[in-house]
Amino acid sequence: MALRTPLYQAHLDAGARMVEFAGWDMPVQYKGVLEEHATVRERAGIFDVSHMGELTIEGPRALEAAQRLVTNDLSKCADGQAQYNALLNERGGVIDDIIVYRFSPERLFVCVNASGREKDFDWVKQRAGPGATVSQRSDDWAQVAIQGPGAPALVARLAGSGALDVPTYHFKEATVAGAPGCILARTGYTGEDGFEVFCPPDQARKLWDAVLAEGAAPCGLGARDSLRLEVAFRLYGNDMDEEHTPLEAGLGWIVKLDKPGGFIGAEALKRQKAEGLSRKLAGFKVTGKGIARHGHPVRARGATGSVGVVTSGTMSPVLKEPIGLAYVPTPLAKEGSELDIDVRGKPIAAVVVKTPFVIKEAKKSAP
Amino acid sequence: MADYPDDLHYSKDHEWTRVQGGSAVVGITWFAQDQLGDVVFVELPEPGAKLEKGKPFGVVESTKAVSELFAPMSGTVVKVNKAVVDAPESINQDPHGKAWMIEVQIADARELEGLLTAAQYREHLKSQGP
Repeated sequence: MALRTPLYQAHLDAGARMVEFAGWDMPVQYKGVLEEHATVRERAGIFDVSHMGELTIEGPRALEAAQRLVTNDLSKCADGQAQYNALLNERGGVIDDIIVYRFSPERLFVCVNASGREKDFDWVKQRAGPGATVSQRSDDWAQVAIQGPGAPALVARLAGSGALDVPTYHFKEATVAGAPGCILARTGYTGEDGFEVFCPPDQARKLWDAVLAEGAAPCGLGARDSLRLEVAFRLYGNDMDEEHTPLEAGLGWIVKLDKPGGFIGAEALKRQKAEGLSRKLAGFKVTGKGIARHGHPVRARGATGSVGVVTSGTMSPVLKEPIGLAYVPTPLAKEGSELDIDVRGKPIAAVVVKTPFVIKEAKKSAP
Repeated sequence: MADYPDDLHYSKDHEWTRVQGGSAVVGITWFAQDQLGDVVFVELPEPGAKLEKGKPFGVVESTKAVSELFAPMSGTVVKVNKAVVDAPESINQDPHGKAWMIEVQIADARELEGLLTAAQYREHLKSQGP
């Protein structure tokens, strides 16, 4: 049977349609994906993301241990700051994409994908070494994402105006909606301003209800997926996996190859970089009729053999055009490259475009 | 909400059919659009296309799901509702009415006998989960 988050009953109460995702019974939509998508782009929505996992790395050598395991440079991450990161295998393949929250060099809090709860924990624990204690914290936390241009003001009403002083990719410990012991992080997966709030599981319902009472709409995994794809955020298991490196996935910006001490997978990435990338994740728009989906084969326009594969694809609710990401040979990853995508046996024309598909103007949060 | 008109016939694949003389208008049911969610794309055959009972004749896609359309009967497509192709959201708004999809010249009227009445279809839905 699928696992349930502390907010399972809240979803049923809100009329959610539930689906199984990564072993969890999760809301895919409440009123409808398009409406929820628009709400987050224009106002504020709340997502239950309690299926995601957490672990901590603590001890005198916590930072050192983490540095050897992640691609980004945590020495450049200040206390109170969060950093997007990847765990790699020795071949440079992505085990998971994660966010590391640095409380101090001796205390790191890590948020992992639902599929990484056990996998990431085992990987990190086995390799942390002395002076760094790795603890499974996934069941200690519920998590909600409050996202949209109206989210900062909404969160400020529940957590105090100090919330607005938390810069992007920073966090602080806070009481939110009367729920003590929360971690309030200015992060998200929608391309909008907003927060992700980790809270004790027994406080989750109170927090959820308070956010709804402040006017946010409950939003499901359907909208979460279309929102993240419009801004070309990668989804683990689709756009990233152990068979593709972060360089191929277009995540070179979180790979610090010259970081002192190196990290697991760095040698493989250096070799790949020296040899040149043979394939890359490219964003495309469908210009023909059809929607490209995960798994559809990709060809050069007019060619016969498949040379790549779509990893994510949907109809963009904002652009009203089908968009997607696909692994293609490097020469085809250039903007303007013409592709055919095999949609149920028919070639559908597509063209490589710059990402993000939807550009969000930098917004200052209202005081 | 779900209202299954008595003058339509229904298939277990959630298509409806309105028989008018020797031809039939075909669409998808309220249940089908509700299961799909927001419909964002429809692919329909061209007039003249031959349909074979039970075989796919088109595709309906929502943001998350892809669903094939299955022919409730064999025949020849005589008319296609271009408006529904241009505005797929009409399938969510009026699935049994203005979001009809194709009109088919029926090849063998006996095939209609296997279709369900509104009452039988409502009964069938009880086995389809929530």
